[in-house]
Amino acid sequence: MTAEIRTSAEDVLAPKIRGQWRAILSRVVRTKRGATGLALTAVVVLVAIVGPFFSPYSPTALVALPFQRPSATYLLGTDALGRDVLSRVLSGGWLLLCMALAATILGVCIGAAAGISAAYIKGRADGLIMRSADVLLAFPQLVFALLLVSIAGPKLWLIVLAVALGHAPQVARVIRAAALDVSERPYVRAVEIQGVPRRKVMYSEILPNLVTPLMVEAGLRMTYSIVVMAGLAFLGFGQAPPDPNWGIMINENRVGLQSNPWAVVVPALLISLLTIGTNTFTDAVARVAIGVERQPVELTTVVAGGQE
Amino acid sequence: MSISIPRLRVDGLRICRSGTTIDVASDVSFSVTAGEVLGLVGESGSGKTSVALALLGYARRGLMISEGTVALDGVDILTLSDRELRGIRGKAVAYVPQDPSTALNPSLRVGVQLREAYRAHAPDQNGAELRISELLDEVGLPATPEYLSRYPHQLSGGQQQRIALAIAFMWRPSLIVLDEPTTGLDVSTQRLVLETVTSLCRAHGVGAVFVSHDLAVVSGLATSVAVMYAGRIIEHGPTERVFGAPSHPYTRGLFEALPSAEFAQELRGIEGQPPQPGGRPPGCSFAPRCSLRVARCDTELPGEVVHDGRSVRCFRATELVASHARISIQESPETQESPETVVTPILEVEGVRARYGSAEVLHGVSFVVPSNSCVALVGESGSGKTTLAGCVAGLHKEFQGELRFKGSQLPPGPSPRTEITRRAIQYVFQNPYASLNPRKTVGQIIAQPLEHHLDMSRTDREARIAQTLDDLSLSRSFVSRFPDQLSGGERQRVAIARARVVDPELLICDEVTSALDVSAQAVIVELLRELQGKRHLSILFVTHNLALVRSIAQEVVVLAGGVVVESGTVHDVLEQPQEEYTMRLIKDVPRFKGAMS
Repeated sequence: MTAEIRTSAEDVLAPKIRGQWRAILSRVVRTKRGATGLALTAVVVLVAIVGPFFSPYSPTALVALPFQRPSATYLLGTDALGRDVLSRVLSGGWLLLCMALAATILGVCIGAAAGISAAYIKGRADGLIMRSADVLLAFPQLVFALLLVSIAGPKLWLIVLAVALGHAPQVARVIRAAALDVSERPYVRAVEIQGVPRRKVMYSEILPNLVTPLMVEAGLRMTYSIVVMAGLAFLGFGQAPPDPNWGIMINENRVGLQSNPWAVVVPALLISLLTIGTNTFTDAVARVAIGVERQPVELTTVVAGGQE
Repeated sequence: MSISIPRLRVDGLRICRSGTTIDVASDVSFSVTAGEVLGLVGESGSGKTSVALALLGYARRGLMISEGTVALDGVDILTLSDRELRGIRGKAVAYVPQDPSTALNPSLRVGVQLREAYRAHAPDQNGAELRISELLDEVGLPATPEYLSRYPHQLSGGQQQRIALAIAFMWRPSLIVLDEPTTGLDVSTQRLVLETVTSLCRAHGVGAVFVSHDLAVVSGLATSVAVMYAGRIIEHGPTERVFGAPSHPYTRGLFEALPSAEFAQELRGIEGQPPQPGGRPPGCSFAPRCSLRVARCDTELPGEVVHDGRSVRCFRATELVASHARISIQESPETQESPETVVTPILEVEGVRARYGSAEVLHGVSFVVPSNSCVALVGESGSGKTTLAGCVAGLHKEFQGELRFKGSQLPPGPSPRTEITRRAIQYVFQNPYASLNPRKTVGQIIAQPLEHHLDMSRTDREARIAQTLDDLSLSRSFVSRFPDQLSGGERQRVAIARARVVDPELLICDEVTSALDVSAQAVIVELLRELQGKRHLSILFVTHNLALVRSIAQEVVVLAGGVVVESGTVHDVLEQPQEEYTMRLIKDVPRFKGAMS
């Protein structure tokens, strides 16, 4: 984002770019809510990223009898096919996370572009973009993803695309509302009357002012991405079967819930912690963002007495 | 004068940021008697609104009243509980906010809001109707059921403010606090509202504190004034003494910055910025900007000196008054008559009719802006002056009629215009708080039109930007600052720099000083005048402030209700107005009682 608000003359003229992202995030981290969210997310992300290097067995190797209870050799017991649950948990997160992240980024980018264009160009473009968004919104996100995947087969990139397309209309709505306000501001008009092309006005004048709603939206969409990705995996759309995945694990092992509950509880817990973490963090971002809206003292309308 | 009953006595009031010792106002003491109007004047950020709110026992979020007493009819309201405070707010002390359009609830009928104010302090609803009709009569509004069932948006700004006044006077308070109540109103309405305030205060023995940055309004209304600077009252006394012969250097500075409707005058702004709360010097707060400072001012805080009928916080007050009691006002050579008409005018406006949807706001407007001159477009709010400026700038596309720039036709909107025309006509917006992108540095903001219009190497561009900043007396270090790190006046100068940097031939200034303090306004007006002289620039200066016209323009066009009422040279129009509308406009400009008499 910082790179986007640069102009060519900027390097020398303005050596210090105020990193909006960084400024907001550093304040978020200092709130209790933000720190909690970040900590939860970090724990799960750490497990997912570093996990594969520490898994004691191959996650696909059949090492013992199915649904063994936890023991010294198999810390979390074994699963439906007799594979080590700990190894599968440690290796089963990173792809899920990567896919969720990719879907989020893609969805937010498409949605933001659509939302800003609709708000700024107005008229027919607005109608066309927002009505198409409404059509997409009419499908529940999971159903929409299932539809795409069942038509074109369970390819990973297709799942990412399907989830992203599910996000885009929701992001577009939020960003359009915010951009409508920004696009009427005099500073946008000031650039317009120079005859600057629309694309450039949207990119370099409007977009930088939408960083906060975009951050909140990205966080929220990340949470949904994880849930939908795990849900799709649970339903059998995702990685091909022998590969580990938290979503698949819940499905595969639920029959053995009584013999070895850990095979279900641990992946479910990790998914829950992750979504709670991202959601809490996003919430903190939104709260900080509201306080961030500083107004010059001269223009602040003072609320009449009788309050506080 | 009747026997003065003291209504309000403020002693050693100090307001701090919550949880710190950083004060936004300190050592504030004054008193108000029945029927007296105290003008509390100061520039934005001087702490005047915080002090005004403290009179209701209220502090804005993030602030707290840390010391002092506010005695209302002998009772210190700062010691009251929330419940007791609620009992006196609206009853013993009332507040009239700045902007009635946001202070009145838009979804409640005005009658309901009036009754609400009654019910807040009455056991029952009996007598409400009687009191309301009495009040509306006093503020000059009809008390018919039809009128009471209107919504605030169905009333004009002046009527809304009079409703707010009626609410404030509902319980005949001892004290009424008015926070810039006429800022958004045009001169004629402003005069009516102010007359209402004075007559009500006189008639009912109400003490009033009138917060304003508009010295002329205060001079006509207030019986005494307190001038605030950086959180302290620096001069306090009867209006005719303080304004007649201001003795604090800051008060003098304010007067020199003030445009006058009577004669053309060189406006001089006070250099520098007031110190921020927490960053005040150990000595006199004004010392860093003061031209009369002595060594002592930097180290020692001047105490109050009472002399010549007022109290002043300045070590040199006595000698200053003795040396020259009057402030010197430099008259500038009266309107350089524009070079005669043979030159092709830079802009011709002919029969322009502009619409918003189906509502026509300009009904055939014609006038001419000669080259190298400044034409002031004057009118009240709603006269269509901003729409017209928008048509010329390309902001407003719905118009018919002819606009010609240097003889060639100007199509509506920016896209059909040629690159050269777009560059040659630049626009400066009214509100510098909204016209600069908050996410860009000053350097980026000024570079934007330069990159768009001119193909220059980076070094050339930087040199050009630096040069432009110099022209507008802005520091070169501003390039890396963000708009929210600048004051209002500085922001507006950046906005002018952005327009100026591409060497335009016509600069359209839409109420460029209306959001600014007088001293910032003076700086802007002088800079524009200098630019016009030095750079062969023509300016279309849109304003509602007739007093400014004298200081900047050579010609004036008076617009009312979408038609040109009168036009001509500034001298002719302001000295011998032909139309009744112009005469009224001139008459209604608040005027100084004091300095010029």
